[in-house]
Amino acid sequence: MTEATGSSKRGERPLSPHLQIYRVQITSASSILTRITGQALMAGVILGVWWLLAASTSDRYFAVANAVVTSWFGKLVFLGSLWAVWYHYLAGLRHLYFDAGHGLEIKTAEMLGWACVAGSVVLTALTILIV
Amino acid sequence: MRYLTDRKRAVGKGASHTGTEHHWAMTATAVALAFMVPTWLYIFGSAIGGTRAEVVAAFARPFPAILTALVIVVGMRHFAKGSATLVEDYARGTSRKIGLIFFYSLSAVIAAIGLYALIRIALKG
Repeated sequence: MTEATGSSKRGERPLSPHLQIYRVQITSASSILTRITGQALMAGVILGVWWLLAASTSDRYFAVANAVVTSWFGKLVFLGSLWAVWYHYLAGLRHLYFDAGHGLEIKTAEMLGWACVAGSVVLTALTILIV
Repeated sequence: MRYLTDRKRAVGKGASHTGTEHHWAMTATAVALAFMVPTWLYIFGSAIGGTRAEVVAAFARPFPAILTALVIVVGMRHFAKGSATLVEDYARGTSRKIGLIFFYSLSAVIAAIGLYALIRIALKG
């Protein structure tokens, strides 16, 4: 193959299929959700660490942090983080299971995806009941 | 005559340039967090909403203090490495470098603040 054909072929290479043309599947959705929950958890972590810092500093500082944490905003962040941590937890266990070479049949993988979604809701509710 | 062995010439030429260290670090921190997080959620969840004295007393005890420190350190390492994969998936060149430095720095700052707060609380208790 000559240099010229090589470079023109390079420009005509098929693009990687865009995400938008795929029908959403539970396997891809649950994978994307793992990444989103992992990133979003930083909101809960920052709020929690800030609250600990305030508790270690002074009564006045703690009053401010405690007011934020116990407000509707704080409750929303922690409730969201609680669900996110359980979802990320189950999806992470699923990854470990996949890594060990199990559960990769399409039916099993789809079932595991739904199990993560349902399990995270159940565990979130259980945590609220217990704690 | 070739002085480099085939293996030596191949090392670092894969897509990650680092072998499997990154994946292994994610696996190891994931397993560690899987053991720690349920108990820690109980400790942290119970402490929220308490008075300052109650919160300080809760985190001054050895088990909650050490577990929280471990969750923060291991969790932030897991976050930094996971975010690195995110950046490497979507960004190239300078923006990739900036993204990686941002997430590694953010994780380090949060871990440092968390440990500082825990030490101050431990010294009060």
